[in-house]
Amino acid sequence: MSKQITIPFGPQHPVLPEPLHLDLVLEDEKVVDVIPTIGYVHRGLEKLVEKREYTEYVFIAERICGICSFIHSQAYVQGIEQIMGLEIPERAQYLRTIWSEYSRLHSHLLWLGCFADSMGFESVFMNSWRLREHILNDLEATTGGRVIQGVCKVAGVRRDITPEKLDEMVKGLRGIEHELQDLTNVFLHDSSIQHRLKGIGVLKKEDAYQLGAVGPTARGSGVAIDIRETGYAAFGKINFRPVVEHDGDCYARCAIRAKEMFTSIDIIEQCAKKIPDGPVDMKVTGAPDGEYFSRAEQPRGEVIHYIKGNGKKNLLRHRVRTPTFTNIPPLITLLKGCDLADVPVIVLTIDPCIGCAER
Amino acid sequence: MTYLAKSPWIIHYDASSCNGCDIEILACLTPMYDVERFGIINTGNPKHADIFVVTGSVNEQNREVILNIYNQMPDPKVAVAVGICATSGGVFRECYNVAGGIDKLIPVDVYVMGCAARPESIIDGIVTALGILEKKRSEGASAPVVTDHHMNKEHHKHAEGGVQ
Ligand code: SF4
Repeated sequence: MSKQITIPFGPQHPVLPEPLHLDLVLEDEKVVDVIPTIGYVHRGLEKLVEKREYTEYVFIAERICGICSFIHSQAYVQGIEQIMGLEIPERAQYLRTIWSEYSRLHSHLLWLGCFADSMGFESVFMNSWRLREHILNDLEATTGGRVIQGVCKVAGVRRDITPEKLDEMVKGLRGIEHELQDLTNVFLHDSSIQHRLKGIGVLKKEDAYQLGAVGPTARGSGVAIDIRETGYAAFGKINFRPVVEHDGDCYARCAIRAKEMFTSIDIIEQCAKKIPDGPVDMKVTGAPDGEYFSRAEQPRGEVIHYIKGNGKKNLLRHRVRTPTFTNIPPLITLLKGCDLADVPVIVLTIDPCIGCAER
Repeated sequence: MTYLAKSPWIIHYDASSCNGCDIEILACLTPMYDVERFGIINTGNPKHADIFVVTGSVNEQNREVILNIYNQMPDPKVAVAVGICATSGGVFRECYNVAGGIDKLIPVDVYVMGCAARPESIIDGIVTALGILEKKRSEGASAPVVTDHHMNKEHHKHAEGGVQ
């Protein structure tokens, strides 16, 4: 047996926009063990519920992460609404659905770009991010913010979208669809990308299930879980099928995200067709008394917001279980036995979002 | 400032930010904003960098990393705090693990406002930093090595509000 050496990976590393630290134990070029260290971006924001009113706290919940921002605020207000038994206007539900799919599009494009960059495809990185600007423009035009939207609130949303604008948005998305197609074709069919991804970092279906993988990491291994199917917001009235792949390798996880973007466009189009007229918010009185587990599907997988209140303006407890956090044990399994050169690519295929995971 | 003598390279570190500002910094590099046309490149190596761009605030775990990066950068160097978190702690300033803005730890030359800071203002901040960099270069200024201990004392002297 050759000698073991330990190489630190991160926290400041060129492929990671965020600080994650892994100690890689190597035998020659093979990774035999991985020890993760987290906590570099821990802020402790869950405790802020004691200092902020539950209605104000939406802004904090949104800033758990700048990439998954909208869906965090959505999951949080959903929990509050459930505790208080609020039936919020249907138009608001549809608008939330539209914005959450926009977030998914922007997150997946961001990921495809960073992923391409980690393999040395800088032009693909630039192209994904160029397309992403289109999505961000729409988000900014309708919500007022590019990455932090601040549009969700307890019992509704802050802004409405006019029917003309909705029309324009759908046309715009259909307009960039062929460009998206070209982009995803690179990921799905380019021979050098396939060479880097196929058969690399395989997560077996049982492992994915046992280790609690969620989102594209689970669906890439054939575990068909997608919380959108539970029908929160307006997803119950929309026709869609989650994308599932069965190989469990890096290629499968990449393919899921590439294909999901088209599902998102479909969902947005259906919402634009079905969206009913009416108000977008309602008045709230009182404060939440009770507890609730609110679930939503982030671009990275299932997020759970646990909320507990006692009828006062300040909640007693808010706890978030983020998708990246539960995807770290599968990541460790994936890394054991891989080549050192594949580490950046494998780490990125779970789409780690450390801001979420550490809060 | 009408021209640049050198191509300034930046190094970006995400202290405890929420990502919002980080992805906007990345967006600056991409075709829509494209700061690379000014010769600005995002490098991962502190020894190659002239401008230290920090997002997010100081916490117990990342103190050392920030100092490490800053002290490794060659002179002249400037530090840019991007976003309200890096400036003062922002919405998180009352969290138990947030010590406050980056200036609690290292000298900051430019503050960029916003939550999230918009790419336009980030570019504006970096261009301002370029001017300061030129000035420091002509003056031959060199920054002292910053240690946590020193800044900590300063910090306790000046600390305001209920943080810490
Ligand atoms: S300033 Fe706002 S967007 Fe930027 S890191 Fe802080 S919370 Fe996130």
